[in-house]
Amino acid sequence: MRVKSETVTETMMLNMGPSHPAMHGVIRIILELDGENVVDSDIEIGYLHRAFEKEAENATYNQVFPYTDRLNYVSPVINNVGYALAVEKLLGIEVTERCKYIRVIMSEISRICDHLTCVGASAMELGAMTAFLYMIKAREFLWELLEQVTGARLTIAYCRVGGVKADLPENFEQEVTERFVEVRKVLNEVHGLLTKNRIFVDRVDGVGVISKEDAISFAFTGPMLRACGIPYDVRRNHPYLTYDQIDFDVPTETTGDCYARYLVRMEEMEQSMRIVEQALRKMPEGPTNVDHAGRIMQPSEMVDAAKVGKTRDMKLVQLELSPNLEGSERQQHQQVNALAKNVVLPAKEDTYGNIEGLMNHFMLIMEGWGIRPPVGEVYQAVEGANGELGFYIVSDGTDKPYRVRVRPPCFAFTAAIPTMIKGGMVADVVPTFGSINMIAGELDR
Amino acid sequence: MGVGEFITSKLDHAVGWARKYSIFQYPFITACCGMEYMGVACSHYDIDRFGAGFPRFTPRQSDVLFVVGTISHKMAPVLKTIYEQMCEPKWVVAFGVCTCTGGFYDNYSTVQGIDTVIPVDLYIPGCPPRPESVLDGLMLLQEKIQNQKQEILPKAKWRETQSSVSRLL
Amino acid sequence: MSPEQQNNAQAQLPQVDGERPALGRLHQQFPEAILASHSYRGDDTISVAGDSLLPIMQFLRETPELSFETLMDLTAVDYLKMGKSPRFEVVYHLYSLTHNHRLRVKVPLPEDLPEVDSLTSLWKIADWYEREVWDMFGIKFRGHPDLRRLLMYEEFEGHPLRKDYPKSRRQPIVAQRT
Repeated sequence: MRVKSETVTETMMLNMGPSHPAMHGVIRIILELDGENVVDSDIEIGYLHRAFEKEAENATYNQVFPYTDRLNYVSPVINNVGYALAVEKLLGIEVTERCKYIRVIMSEISRICDHLTCVGASAMELGAMTAFLYMIKAREFLWELLEQVTGARLTIAYCRVGGVKADLPENFEQEVTERFVEVRKVLNEVHGLLTKNRIFVDRVDGVGVISKEDAISFAFTGPMLRACGIPYDVRRNHPYLTYDQIDFDVPTETTGDCYARYLVRMEEMEQSMRIVEQALRKMPEGPTNVDHAGRIMQPSEMVDAAKVGKTRDMKLVQLELSPNLEGSERQQHQQVNALAKNVVLPAKEDTYGNIEGLMNHFMLIMEGWGIRPPVGEVYQAVEGANGELGFYIVSDGTDKPYRVRVRPPCFAFTAAIPTMIKGGMVADVVPTFGSINMIAGELDR
Repeated sequence: MGVGEFITSKLDHAVGWARKYSIFQYPFITACCGMEYMGVACSHYDIDRFGAGFPRFTPRQSDVLFVVGTISHKMAPVLKTIYEQMCEPKWVVAFGVCTCTGGFYDNYSTVQGIDTVIPVDLYIPGCPPRPESVLDGLMLLQEKIQNQKQEILPKAKWRETQSSVSRLL
Repeated sequence: MSPEQQNNAQAQLPQVDGERPALGRLHQQFPEAILASHSYRGDDTISVAGDSLLPIMQFLRETPELSFETLMDLTAVDYLKMGKSPRFEVVYHLYSLTHNHRLRVKVPLPEDLPEVDSLTSLWKIADWYEREVWDMFGIKFRGHPDLRRLLMYEEFEGHPLRKDYPKSRRQPIVAQRT
């Protein structure tokens, strides 16, 4: 008689999160395990849903900035810049050249902070505590730099519609140089500690792989997409601010695994430092907010304003006449500048010192007045630390945005976690999750 | 003052001293404040100098629950479970203004202060609080731990021990 | 439309605006389905009828000159307070890696039947985006395999990003599910 022995096996459900030691971020992964292999998984998010989009609908345009800080709280300036650019696009204004460079510099410093945290934290979760401590040390140096500029370490609300809160402090360039020396030292140390470390490489090499096709289908952007070999970078493909005048590389890898993502991030930090150094050299002197220079007035607008007697704010631009009278070829209306007082708050000396400044201040702060873009909708993308950070703003013509939608880059990565961990070991979940750099504030908004 | 009371108050003091300098913390990190918490824990500010450098990532082994970051309605039951899993004696620190009052998130999804869910011993305001104020808060907590009555055993046993101590002397 | 017809349509194609190829091609391919189009501040936008969303998206994705491979964003807007009719609009942001151009596609949806076809068959990310829109706006996606709430918990009543949901209407905290 043949005995048919059959072992009945069944899969095990394992819950990871939302508060788990190896997960820096609140997310719940429900794993279906067959032994140590992941058969299937389900992700639950929303544990940090703070209603950013609802709050933004109930705040004036400038009041949204502090909320944007707390989206991707590891790189707050980039969120600030993205939102500011979206509102400026809606208003149809362009910030001054110096302001653009300041925004570039601050964004890139912020990006370095983000990558330092991401690489450090994911290395820590694999047991490399030293790398984490070193990288947080480097981040601390950069935070001190941010603090000198903005007055805050983390949630800084530095940008304003039409400019930034304040100009860079004195000796900023020197400070940056000194601190970048420290950061480079740390990066070299971390390279020495991790890049060829057998224990680290074994944990991340070939783990959490995603194919190119899947990455596109999941709308991957940023370092995650570049690790798959697609050199998409918003700074390069849709240059905003002054990224088109700066020379930088977009690092790519081909394997699409956690190790490739680590290498891409490490290289990006170096590139960011290059961008900051170039921007510091190229940055012109001048005003940081749009209104100081005014804007060119359209003829029709000028006529309308003049009909009601509002000519005081108009000013004639000094023409630089060249010997061949080139300047005189400029059209008549281009000589008229209007001080656009409808966006940026006047200087504090004006607010407290004269009645025009005070009234201007009130007009911008009063409910129902303030910044009122025309009715319309815009989408503005910037390269966030994790990828394309998009702001979709719908305006109804009042001083509050009708709808603000954020396209969070790590939303796509989190949605793809089941694809990336399927078939792998349960221990691979941790490096995969670390490498996507999920930031709950941005994911759940 | 009797001799027994003298001894218990000295014992109280000694236990308090031991407890306040050996805080095992559970960082319940949800949001932005976590970044600042990392800053406090790492080398620049080094929370280890205050005897609290040992984060335990399991509530069953920890004394102080650091609630770091906004708690949403979806997260609140999880926080409560974790609080209930901790062993006595336990303390709770509300780290950041979101945990104190809800901060500027006054909306449908945010808990307006974690004291509506669990009891809180210490509030550290700030969005996020600077490391200096976290360290200040930690020292205040240590003061509180030192000065409170040190419950070591359940009440009945405690009385029994007390009487046996006075009998001995 | 059969492939031959499609080829014919392409062969007969007259001069398409070089700056905005997507809009021109779409107008020719789906003359009835396109309700409106504009390029406010340089963002190409089309409004399409809900019934023809799926073929239009397929066309946008698979036509080589357009090849919008990436669904960058999917969201919705509730126009209740702007008094627009129909009340809802689902907004898709497409991006083409090959040609480096973008397009916004909008689908107006009425209040009494906020339903549109799901795009999960075309893009994997549509799964989560659509769950989020369902959660926040209560817009249903026909053919979605698993339309659950994403950000809020199951017991939550209502859809918070609708304009008639007050910002601070809190609902009782429910016990943790295991």
